[in-house]
Amino acid sequence: MSIFVDDDTRVVVQGITGGEGKFHAGQMIEYGTNVVAGAVPGKGGQEVDGVPVYDTVHEAVEAENADASVIFVPPAFAGDAIFESLDTDLDLAVAITEGIPTQDMAKVNKRLSETDTRLLGPNCPGIITPGEAKLGILPGNIFADGNVGLVSRSGTLTYQVVDNLTERGIGQTTAIGIGGDPIIGTSFIDALEAFEADDETDAVVMCGEIGGEDEEQAARFIGEHMDTPVAGFIAGRTAPPGKRMGHAGAIVSGSGTGTAQSKIDALNDAGAPVGDTPEEVADHVEDFL
Amino acid sequence: MKLHEHQAKTIFADAGIPVPDSRLATTVEEALDAVDEIGYPAAIKAQVHVGGRGKAGGIEIATDRDEAEEYAEAILGMDLKGYTVDQVLVEEGVDFVDELYVGVTMDRGEGQPVLMVSTEGGVDIEEVAEENPGAIAREHVDPAFGLHPYQARKVVYEAGVDADVALDVASILSTLYELYDDSDASEIEVNPVMITGDRDVVAADAVMNIDEDALFRQPDLADMAEASYEDDLERKAGEYGFDYVRLSGNVGIIGNGAGLVMTTLDLVDYYGGAPANFLDIGGGAKAERVTKALDMVFSDENVDAVVFNIFGGITRGDEVAKGINEALEQFDEIPKKVVVRLAGTNAEEGMEILNTDLVEVEETLEDAVQRAVKNAEEVTQ
Repeated sequence: MSIFVDDDTRVVVQGITGGEGKFHAGQMIEYGTNVVAGAVPGKGGQEVDGVPVYDTVHEAVEAENADASVIFVPPAFAGDAIFESLDTDLDLAVAITEGIPTQDMAKVNKRLSETDTRLLGPNCPGIITPGEAKLGILPGNIFADGNVGLVSRSGTLTYQVVDNLTERGIGQTTAIGIGGDPIIGTSFIDALEAFEADDETDAVVMCGEIGGEDEEQAARFIGEHMDTPVAGFIAGRTAPPGKRMGHAGAIVSGSGTGTAQSKIDALNDAGAPVGDTPEEVADHVEDFL
Repeated sequence: MKLHEHQAKTIFADAGIPVPDSRLATTVEEALDAVDEIGYPAAIKAQVHVGGRGKAGGIEIATDRDEAEEYAEAILGMDLKGYTVDQVLVEEGVDFVDELYVGVTMDRGEGQPVLMVSTEGGVDIEEVAEENPGAIAREHVDPAFGLHPYQARKVVYEAGVDADVALDVASILSTLYELYDDSDASEIEVNPVMITGDRDVVAADAVMNIDEDALFRQPDLADMAEASYEDDLERKAGEYGFDYVRLSGNVGIIGNGAGLVMTTLDLVDYYGGAPANFLDIGGGAKAERVTKALDMVFSDENVDAVVFNIFGGITRGDEVAKGINEALEQFDEIPKKVVVRLAGTNAEEGMEILNTDLVEVEETLEDAVQRAVKNAEEVTQ
C-alpha cells in the first residue's frame, strides 16, 4: 500500500521539453513511473523519450487518460501552469518549481479550495512510492520499499533521513516533500491523515522547519487523531529572527513565532519524539518497529 | 527584501498617502541643511533594516539647530544592532494627538492577504498581538477579487478608530492594499499613522517588504532593493545568486538544500560549535558554483574552519569534488581547513576525485560536523 501515488498513476509532465523537465521525466520513466504525456505550449506533436507532447494539459489528459501532473515550469509561468492542471480535474498536481511569487500562490490557493485536485508543493522534491512511482526529482536509488511513511518540507533533508533509514534496512511506504514555501497545497496534516489511514504504514517520520505554524497544527493532529507513532525532526534551531533561511517559508518572525523550539515542544507534547540529529530520528523509528 | 523607510515613503507619497515632509542625508552638513528647510521640531531617523530603532537610539527629535547637529553626529555612523547607519531621514515633526497601526500582510495559515488595524499604534504591534490580540481588527482579502472598499471601512470601524477620521484611514488602507498587490509586497505596515490636532491623518513611519521571488517582475523595486544591502558578504551572495545568511560564529557552512543546510548549522551548534553562516548552493550546482561558494566563506574573516556537506539528488558529487579541488588548488596554503562529506548521486566518484591533500573527508554528516567544530576550536585556542 501507499498514499497518493502508485503504479497505476498516469502522469503528464508540464514543461517536459525544458532542461529540467526533460531530464527528470527521463529519470521518472527509468524508475518505472507511468509517464504518459507531456504538455508544453507550442510543442504539441513532438515526442520526448517516446512520450507524446501536447500543447495543453487538457489535450494530454483527454488523449492519454492522465490523472496526475508534475510541473517543471519556470517561476514566472508556474502559477499559470498550476491553474491549468487544476482546471482539468486531475487527482494530483505536483509543483516542483521554486520561486513562485507568493501572491500568485495566494490566488492558486483560493482556486484549490474550489477543486478536488490535490496540490503537492510548490518548491518541493515531489513524491515517491518506492518500487512503484516517482513524481518529482527525488533520487530513486536511496529509497526502499517498506512500512515507514515520510513527510517533509525539505528535499535534501528528506534524502538524509531516508538514507539513514534505508541503511538500517527500514524501507518506506511513501515519501512526500510538501515544499518550503509559505503557501503550499498539501499540508503535514493532509499527509499524516493519509498515512494514519494506510494499513501498511506502521510509523511516520515528519521533518519540519522554522516558519509558520504548520508543525504545531500537525502536532495537535498527531496527539488527537493518530495511533501510528510519529518521529519528528525540526531544522532551523540556530536560525536568527527575521532572516529567510533559503526556503521562502523558513523564517522566524521578529516577535519569535515560527521558532524551532515551539515546534519541538509541540511535537514532544503530542508524544512524538524529536531527534536532535537525523541519526536519532532513525533511532526513534527503529524503537517504534 | 526590505525597503528603507525613505524608499517606502516615496512610494507612499507617489500613491497619494500623506507623509511628513522629509529629506535624506548622509552627512551632518546635509542633515543641517535639511532641518533648515523643514523647521522644528524635526525627527532624525536612522535608515537601517532593524526594528525598534527608537528604543535603540536611532531616532531623536531635535527642537533646535544645536540638537539637530548633536543628534545627526550621534546617529550617523552609529552601530545599530550590528548595522552601521550611513544615512538618516530628516523629517518634519508631526504634532499628533493619537496613533494608529495599519498594515497588510500575508496570512500564511489562511493563504490569503489580511488587513490589520489597531488603535494601539506607536508601540510594538507584535507585543500588542501577544498581550491583547483583541485590540487588532483583521479582515481577510480574497486575492482573486482584490479588496472591496467596504472591507477597508469595516476593519477600520471594527478597530474603533474615531468616526471623524475613519474614512480617511480607510482610504489609506485601501491604497496600501493596492500597493501591496501591485508591488508584490509581502508586508506593508504603517506604525504609527498619526492623527493631528487638526484631525489630519499622516503616515509617520513606513515598513515595506517585497517578495524576493517576485523581483523579476518589479524592476524598479529590484533596483531599490539592490541599493539596500548592508553587508558586503550578503551583497556578494546576491551577485552569485546564493541563499546566504551571515551569523556570528566561526564555523563556515556550505551545503545544498535549505533544510539540510539548516540542519548542518544546528548540528554545529549541537556539537558545541558556532555557525558562521548559512550558504545553500542550490540544486544541480556545477564546479564553478562550488568555487564561488568557497570564495564566499573564505572571505568571511570570522570563519576559522569550514564544513562542506552535500547530499546529491540532482547535485552530482563528482562535480562538487571538481569544484572543491579547483577552488583549493589555487592557494599555496589552504586558508581554512575544509571538511567534506559527499552522499547521494555520484558520491563515490566524488570521493575518489577529491584531493585529500587539500581537504579532510568524512563519511557521515555527524562526523563531518564534529570534525569541523574541532578544527575551529584548534584555531581559536
